[in-house]
Amino acid sequence: MRERFLTGYNDFVLPFSLGLIFIISYCVVGMIRILHQLPAEDRKRFFISLVTPATMWKNIKDIFLKCLIHVDIWKRNKLLGYMHSSIAFGWFMLIVVGHIEVFLYTPHRVKLFYYPIFFRYFVAETESTMRGSLIFFLMDLFLLIVLSGIALAIIKRVRSVMFGMRRTTNPSFFDLVGQYSLWAIFPLRLLAEAFTADISGGSFLTKSLNYVFTSFLSNHANMLPAWWAYSCALGIFFFVLPFTRYMHIPTEILLIPMRNAGIKIRNARKGFAKAEVYSCPSCGLCIDACPMGVMKANIKDTTVYLNRQIRRRNEARIEEISDKCLLCGKCTAICPVGVEGDKLRIAQRSIRKYNLNPDYSNIPADASGIEFAAHEVTAPSGRAREKILYFAGCMTALTPVISKAMESILKKAGADYAFMDRDGGICCGRPMFMSGRFDAARMLVEKNTEIIKASGADVLLLSCPICYKIFREKYHLDGIRIIHHTEYIAGLIADGILKPSSDDTKYVYHDPCELGRGCGVYEAPREVIKSVGTLVEAQKNRKESICCGGSLGSLTLGFDKRRAMTENALANLVTESPDIIVTACPLCRSTFNRYSDRPVEDIAETIDRKITKTVKS
Amino acid sequence: MDFGFKISPSSAINLDKIDLTMFEKLHEMEPDVYKCIACGSCSATCPAARYSGMSMRKVILDLQRGREKEVFSMMKNCMLCGKCTMVCPRGINTRHLILSISKLYCETK
Repeated sequence: MRERFLTGYNDFVLPFSLGLIFIISYCVVGMIRILHQLPAEDRKRFFISLVTPATMWKNIKDIFLKCLIHVDIWKRNKLLGYMHSSIAFGWFMLIVVGHIEVFLYTPHRVKLFYYPIFFRYFVAETESTMRGSLIFFLMDLFLLIVLSGIALAIIKRVRSVMFGMRRTTNPSFFDLVGQYSLWAIFPLRLLAEAFTADISGGSFLTKSLNYVFTSFLSNHANMLPAWWAYSCALGIFFFVLPFTRYMHIPTEILLIPMRNAGIKIRNARKGFAKAEVYSCPSCGLCIDACPMGVMKANIKDTTVYLNRQIRRRNEARIEEISDKCLLCGKCTAICPVGVEGDKLRIAQRSIRKYNLNPDYSNIPADASGIEFAAHEVTAPSGRAREKILYFAGCMTALTPVISKAMESILKKAGADYAFMDRDGGICCGRPMFMSGRFDAARMLVEKNTEIIKASGADVLLLSCPICYKIFREKYHLDGIRIIHHTEYIAGLIADGILKPSSDDTKYVYHDPCELGRGCGVYEAPREVIKSVGTLVEAQKNRKESICCGGSLGSLTLGFDKRRAMTENALANLVTESPDIIVTACPLCRSTFNRYSDRPVEDIAETIDRKITKTVKS
Repeated sequence: MDFGFKISPSSAINLDKIDLTMFEKLHEMEPDVYKCIACGSCSATCPAARYSGMSMRKVILDLQRGREKEVFSMMKNCMLCGKCTMVCPRGINTRHLILSISKLYCETK
């Protein structure tokens, strides 16, 4: 080992050093601002979680698996996963091994932060020792891995279909500058190290390159321009980083511990929301996922563009994008960094000012109409005997066939039930919540809570997933169990209280957004359907199920524009040519029914039709 | 004095005396308001109708007749449930219309 320069300095380190100082100070200031914007209790919770061993370990694990290895992208597409982890992990390892080299060979230079990056220029090392050759080999190996990732990234720009992406994001100007400088860094590093390979040593990549292009690469007059170019590429990348999508690299490291601490979006633009917006890598996976993107429409209204417009503070576009969304939550479900597109949009809606605000103080919270045991109760004692309060909800009121089927099932099960809103009731508050008017939604929640508590019920049964979601998340009913009718029916069948007959009809189940992605109920409806016939799956199902297009989430989408979405969702459902489409949401049912070429049923209708004999205890 | 009957106040509307600039603004934002055929499907499904007499049909008609006070008291109980939008045979996005009215009109005028 021999140091080539006593000073350990050359002017070419300047672009890199200045860039690094800039980006580190930018990130530190940004982090302090985001933490400062958090509400005090959230900030406290965040700091406590940082020193709690369980979350500490989870943070380290998540940062390693998500930021470096990109496991979520691997699960999606192997090639896309390799592309991301090769660049991220390869680059990380280059930095780590570079530092190890400095610690091993020139410990007195540790304080020079540019030394590991330009080590080959400053230090000549022999590859004849075991240690030297191993490190040389590792450095070249990781450089090769990164280069392969860069090559894939270039191919992806041209043919994204190879990576499982039909559409990708349209890069902004700064994104392009950042991208080209990032692509340039590693080939330039290879070139620069190949120049010094005959002086400072190298391995299979740099050394071989030096031998092959010996007339050019052994000419040391060309060496400095290559090192300058390498340093400039790094410098440019660092200087444009805050204005590009690559800002997700540092921000995600902050976002992961914040999420693990249980922090939620409280402000539309500040704190956690800001961290999410800046964590968006503009990968564009949400573009293919968005149900509004049928026939290449509304592509610019996907979450990736929402994040971009929020960063640009383009209020007109932010409003347009956030009002149009169906809030199906699919972009959130597939996002590899966990940006919550639906919640971000609800937060944007919540900052609108309205002159007229609702006031429900005149609505009586009247539970006197709710009477249990108004009919014969034959169910065996125990769980089946609980007092069940059935809340049909607004959407079920428009599809009375579902509430009729539910009542019939409840009767056949001999359950003790009562209707909460047979003659019209108060809305659950979820539509109000989705339009961002939290105070009004809270008033509705309070009214309903009062009625339910006064009714003396044990169980609140819902057949609308839209209601179900807000009941689970925002209502505090003190021990009253809240269940969706799919779970209730699955329970009755499992307990042997209902015995539906089975035949060979082929059913396909459509996961409603609010029930599947919203509440995580995937298995219960499938078990129920399996008990009456053959269940086939849609092409995209469970957390990737496609919204029917009828969602109440969208404020601006008109009926004419939703038709294509519904037809696309239907085409996805019928790939296995089922006889009947079954869903568990009154809104999906009526939306599909409008354009479907085969019967569409709610799961309650299906079961009610298949129960011929009732079990009496 | 209670005579057991009363003369109901005149419901005649003098369109010359009504300022429709607000409604014109609303029409610019929501061109669909003129699509309404006043069929009343929205009124029939509305869950707030029981409490404040909310009726989208009436809201649209009343706004064109300068009877904003009635509109405000009706809209107080709207829960944005979206049933009116779903049943509208003309495909009017009544939910967004309600939000636009809430944004545009001001009670203290």
